[in-house]
Amino acid sequence: MLAVIRPDDWNFPLLLHVLGASILLGALVTALTAQLLAWKRRDPADVIPFARLSYRTLLIGAIPAWFLMRIAGEWVASKGWNDVDPAPGWLGIGYITAEAGGLLILISTILAGIGARRLGRSNGEQGATLVRVATVLVVITTLAYVVATWAMSAKPD
Amino acid sequence: MSLYDWLLALHVLSAFAWVSALVLYSVILASAWGKSIPSDVARMFRVTKVGDALIGIGMIGTIVFGVWLALDEYEIWDGWIIAALVLWLAAAATGSRGGKHYNGVRDRANALVAEGRNEPSPELDAGLRSRRGLVLHSATVTLTVILLVIMIYKPGA
Repeated sequence: MLAVIRPDDWNFPLLLHVLGASILLGALVTALTAQLLAWKRRDPADVIPFARLSYRTLLIGAIPAWFLMRIAGEWVASKGWNDVDPAPGWLGIGYITAEAGGLLILISTILAGIGARRLGRSNGEQGATLVRVATVLVVITTLAYVVATWAMSAKPD
Repeated sequence: MSLYDWLLALHVLSAFAWVSALVLYSVILASAWGKSIPSDVARMFRVTKVGDALIGIGMIGTIVFGVWLALDEYEIWDGWIIAALVLWLAAAATGSRGGKHYNGVRDRANALVAEGRNEPSPELDAGLRSRRGLVLHSATVTLTVILLVIMIYKPGA
């Protein structure tokens, strides 16, 4: 019922939450596309720029967007959802994917950064494995956030 | 889950695809800014193929599921729904024009690479720094954010 009749003072934090979540997904998709392009190619002239692009997108785009999504999400939850007992399943999905996804984004950003730096210094000889591990983590995180977006909007019981 | 829940989830996922595409385009425009070597520019634009798919899915999905939702749960002539439809059309118009501009830059970069001319190109630099392209892209982003605000606040609903 809370989801259907939404008090007006929820709108601003909800707007920030949705904005943060959508920018986060966009940053993840962008980083992932660059990482997959780096994975497919052998020429260092292609691999290094794509690896750097993915790292910078995760660092400058995904991490700030995650904080916006998470803080605004907590703001919305504090307006009523935290008092609902038992907590609805979709809220649990949101919390689990937000927390676990945040950790995966942090790890993948570190791996992508070290990988991109090693690729640059060795002219593509070293660092590709780190970037590929980061790619796998970003795939998992992106899929988890798509499921979370579905759960948060459809609110299945 | 009811039909309304599914429609809402698909509508929101479409909106996320739309915003993700705009984030991707923004990242690529920022990354390509100041580049004038054709192979560098062409490389950056390879990432935008995913954005092109996402913007198509996002724009079609938001209008189809959005109108369906409006017919199912609201009145299509509600002020906020009419405002949303107008903003959708305006965003489609500016996005389409901006896309044509940057696709032209991409195609020129690819043509120069194919001709084996990889020296810095003032034409590509001018295309990427074009005021027209930036204004169109910024307008699309602004219209999308206003649309998101209307969807959350539903003024007059």
